[in-house]
Amino acid sequence: MSLVAAVLSWLSQPERWQGPDSIPVRVAEHLLMSGTALILAVAIALPIGIALGHLGRGGVAAINVANVGRALPSLALLALALPVAFALGLGLGFWPTMFALVPLGIPPMLTNSYVAIREVQREMVEVARGLGMREWQVLSRAELPVAAPVIIAGMRNAAVAIVATATLGAIVASGGLGRYIVDGLARQEEARLFTGALLVALLAIATELGFGLFERFVVSPGIRAATRPGEDVWAGGAR
Amino acid sequence: MLKASMWRIVLAMATVMIAGCAPGASPGARPTVRIGSTNFPEQVILGELYGQVLEASGYTVERRFNLGSREIVAPALESGQIDMYAEYMATYLTFLKKDEGMSASTDPAATYRTLQETLRGKNLTVLDYAPAVDTNGFVVTKETSDRQNLKKVSDLARLNNQLTLGGPPECPDRPFCLKGLEGTYGVRVKEFKALDAGGPLTVAALEGKQVDVAVLFTTDAAIQAKNFVLLDDDKRLQLADNVAPVVRNELLNRALADFGPAINGVTTRVTTEELTGLNRQVGLDRKEPRDVARDWLRAKGLVR
Repeated sequence: MSLVAAVLSWLSQPERWQGPDSIPVRVAEHLLMSGTALILAVAIALPIGIALGHLGRGGVAAINVANVGRALPSLALLALALPVAFALGLGLGFWPTMFALVPLGIPPMLTNSYVAIREVQREMVEVARGLGMREWQVLSRAELPVAAPVIIAGMRNAAVAIVATATLGAIVASGGLGRYIVDGLARQEEARLFTGALLVALLAIATELGFGLFERFVVSPGIRAATRPGEDVWAGGAR
Repeated sequence: MLKASMWRIVLAMATVMIAGCAPGASPGARPTVRIGSTNFPEQVILGELYGQVLEASGYTVERRFNLGSREIVAPALESGQIDMYAEYMATYLTFLKKDEGMSASTDPAATYRTLQETLRGKNLTVLDYAPAVDTNGFVVTKETSDRQNLKKVSDLARLNNQLTLGGPPECPDRPFCLKGLEGTYGVRVKEFKALDAGGPLTVAALEGKQVDVAVLFTTDAAIQAKNFVLLDDDKRLQLADNVAPVVRNELLNRALADFGPAINGVTTRVTTEELTGLNRQVGLDRKEPRDVARDWLRAKGLVR
């Protein structure tokens, strides 16, 4: 049976569309794991990156530390997380996977937020202070809107990496699309393996596109227009 | 400088030596044996036992261990990517005959004969089988056993849809695993968690209460060491899973007469207790399979 025929035959089974091993359930599990990891990573990376960027200190050190997360193999983190998760009563599956995914999501967001805030034109920040804005207003009204595209790009990178790597959790009994890949390999079911891999790839692409839309929605049109190559932000909407 | 005639003699000698080194080029040369294994420690131990006894007889052994589940290793043997590995008769026979009903039984001799016939068409041979039997075992913690009064596998049917089962990812497909639990015992689990093949992840999950029932292998020393309760297979779901090495005929034809006796010498001495003891040394005492195998072979006088 060709791969295409095998996949179509596998997809025609009713268990694929209803029940614990169905595609909707696995996709939902995958999104839950990825979403939680992303939120946790955002909660850690953005405040630190933005604060350090605004204060202008400690960024390089923070970025170097965060990049350790990129260097650490996620599989190793997963293995290390297991005894810790058991000791804390958190069990298999979800939480050990979080332990592996969050360090993966932090570096792009930390680096991007720090650099984005630093790259905001100093003159504009001075003007904002001159207008009487308090520090947090300078940050929220002047620096963040301008830095937004790059910060969101960092979030997009992190999200795509997390969605793609969440498949690892299946090795420690988590759900998600990785389940199809790991089970497909053990059971030598080509259709399961291939469909799992395909769905993860599609989900990662959808995440990338989704963040593209998110950026359109969140970043003010003036900033978006102004950050075309060749123009600087200070010029604002005046072209 | 040597005389021309001396050079000719040196050249002739060199040619003969090089020709003698070529594999299988001259009669009496031993072929390289590629031994495979599936992905749990006992398989690596058995692979080492066979590998080292062959090396002691002068064979070159290539170890291809931990290849994956049977679904991967059995086809690898048939397609010639490995030359031999250790199997478990009843499960292997059932695996080969997928759709043709149950050909294996609890009688090892009968199962062996049926297996021999089945392998004939595949150019494979099963050598002597061991006294040792290793089957799937359904295991609970002592606490669970006491609390729910679980002593036999059929007791699980009392708790249908309440228990979580942990086992290797291929378990839901396997007639001696979840499929058999459902078919023969009428047991329904609430959830199945895919872990590893009777390995540390499964043991940890059972201990850590992540699963209520775990699939371990009956020769796993962790069962006794962790005071687990191996539920009695009262409806005889598990059959004659004696250890038996399966070898490609192609290798047997090229091997010398000492091959069969060397392998059989190991197999016939492997009892269930011996195998469990070897598993304990690797699994609990954390020794290397290679060292454990070597010590055992020496103790049995099979290698020096």
